[in-house]
Amino acid sequence: MTTFLTGWGRTAPTPATLARPGSVEHLSELVAAAEGGRGVVARGLGRSYGDAAQNAGGLVLDCTGLDTWTFDEAGGLVTASGGVSLHDLMTALVPRGWFVPVSPGTRHVTVGGAIAADVHGKNHHRDSSFGAHVRSLTLVTADGAARTLRPGDPLFLATVGGMGLTGVIAEATFACVPVETALMRVDVQRTVDLDETLATMAATDDRYRYTVAWIDLLARGSRMGRSVLTRGDHVARAEGKEPPDFTPGAWLRAPARVPGGLLNRLSVRAFNEVWYRKAPRRKTIVQGIAPFFHPLDFVEGWNRVYGSRGFVQYQFVVPFGAEDTLRDIVGSLSAHGTVSFLTVLKRFGPGSGGLLSFPMPGWTLALDIPAGQHGLSGLLRGFDRQVADVGGRVYLAKDSRLRADMMAAMYPELEQWRRIRDEADPAGLFRSDLARRLRL
Amino acid sequence: MKNALGAVDTVLLLGGRSEIGLEIVKLLVGLGASRVVLAVRGEYTPPALGAEVHVLPFDALDVHGHGAVFTKAVELVGDLDVVISAFGVLGSQADYDADPAAAAADVAVNYGAHVSVGLHAARVLREQGHGTLVMLSSVAGARVRKANFVYGSAKAGLDGFAQGLDDALHGSGARVLIVRPGFVIGRMTEGLTPAPLSSTPRQVALATVRALREGASSVWVPRALGPVFGVLRLLPRALWRRMPR
Repeated sequence: MTTFLTGWGRTAPTPATLARPGSVEHLSELVAAAEGGRGVVARGLGRSYGDAAQNAGGLVLDCTGLDTWTFDEAGGLVTASGGVSLHDLMTALVPRGWFVPVSPGTRHVTVGGAIAADVHGKNHHRDSSFGAHVRSLTLVTADGAARTLRPGDPLFLATVGGMGLTGVIAEATFACVPVETALMRVDVQRTVDLDETLATMAATDDRYRYTVAWIDLLARGSRMGRSVLTRGDHVARAEGKEPPDFTPGAWLRAPARVPGGLLNRLSVRAFNEVWYRKAPRRKTIVQGIAPFFHPLDFVEGWNRVYGSRGFVQYQFVVPFGAEDTLRDIVGSLSAHGTVSFLTVLKRFGPGSGGLLSFPMPGWTLALDIPAGQHGLSGLLRGFDRQVADVGGRVYLAKDSRLRADMMAAMYPELEQWRRIRDEADPAGLFRSDLARRLRL
Repeated sequence: MKNALGAVDTVLLLGGRSEIGLEIVKLLVGLGASRVVLAVRGEYTPPALGAEVHVLPFDALDVHGHGAVFTKAVELVGDLDVVISAFGVLGSQADYDADPAAAAADVAVNYGAHVSVGLHAARVLREQGHGTLVMLSSVAGARVRKANFVYGSAKAGLDGFAQGLDDALHGSGARVLIVRPGFVIGRMTEGLTPAPLSSTPRQVALATVRALREGASSVWVPRALGPVFGVLRLLPRALWRRMPR
């Protein structure tokens, strides 16, 4: 069946033949039978923002049918098929007193996608990214064979963060973390400008398991970079309480068609003002796991709010010591009046070792910007260069517009990754629009 | 691949000397295109474009060689994001009246060769599931005038072909952009007096690139020519044949 696919940002649709394997054996058969011409790539819940899980003219494997998993309570280890969603895992595991080791901003990602993009969460400064918690994984490679890989194997390192280009992640075993309740104790704090934001985060990050800052990007002058910091930990169980309950759902559904331009400078400025003002100067609150980790999951299909032209996410990291570059970029965005609805800043800890993995120690800033904005392309290309110059990089799972020539500058282990990939997939069977755009 | 903001990476220009074609390529390179193939007849030193440039021999009338041009272009740069079919010749109607064979030969370039190129491009773009074929039509074909009806009739054929091809490609991910400039002041029209609503190659290129980014299927340059020809098409023949040029 030929279907037009896009990423979560709803830009640049391309047609592909879609197949849905129901078992690992079926998956192996589909891969082994695939023709080399336009290649194959796996797709999960389609939460990559750009073109990572689409393959123009080729085959896309919808892996959400691979949805079985088991839990070894003694070791705290989940063994899940690639298509199992973190939502399903959390819903079942939190009441049993366990939580996933890393949760991105949405629960609606698959285990395979979480490894292929090596996703990170608010605990990156302490716990690194998803790949760091994987004990083993099964990869269906270009020959259709299912290979078991462990941390340290070259192909494992090429697969974690490898954007699905080494094969299809059929199964993975990873360690979960024990929790006593489904609640978070959260310190909320408002900062007046970027310097205070950076200083406060640097000084207090290690006291919390989870930290993040929301930045008002439209604030200018002395208020540039003003933020709301949220930093939290799981709440321990008080004596005699019931086991944790966790039944999150969506409260709202975005309309199927939303006119473009709804998120403009005026509306976002108004939202930012309210969001900033309504945050307490400093307060400790208790909230559930879902509102703390996945506030956007309460609105089903929130990506439609950007209208038919869609939106781009731009997330980069610069190493510690390159704060001036971060300041420069925030300053340019603020001066340019870039409309970014949800801008978040976060400190990364050590990476997971994945060769194309995004996180590295430093500051990461994530923006989401309506695609129609004037001058956006040139602005972001300028940032690419600034970020690459200080040894930083942009996040491939969110990228939809980077140029191939910047890729090697940002990912110094690209050549090593290519050698390992070429060995596992000599004919270049695994391909995606992202791989073509970035000439991976 | 075309990215989320409409920038493309690879361009094949057929008719590598075309002023309009080269202006389009320059603008696309400025917006991020990094690999360009210029298909040109005879010896040719390409201008510096600020991108990786390849030159391939191409003869519009050698229709049996067109397939190989596409094969080589794909070998050189991979998927073709934009293919521009920009070659053409413009002779005077008086010369054509005196030499019908020359008229037929020019029609073969201005129409027949584009059919061959268009069908080859369609096959490649359909297979890769994305990409745009830019076809340079003209107002001369929107309603054919007695002052240049040989050239105009070829452009009318080309325009119809391009519309049909775009419809045939619908749903494949590939598409056609038809560009309909008025009088373009350039090498091709040297010595002729510009008509009203004329434009420069650069203006045509700017409009083309904007239309590419927006995913439009046709663009008139300048834009006003669209409604103008909407009206001119309705003029009675008795009036139309009195058009001075």
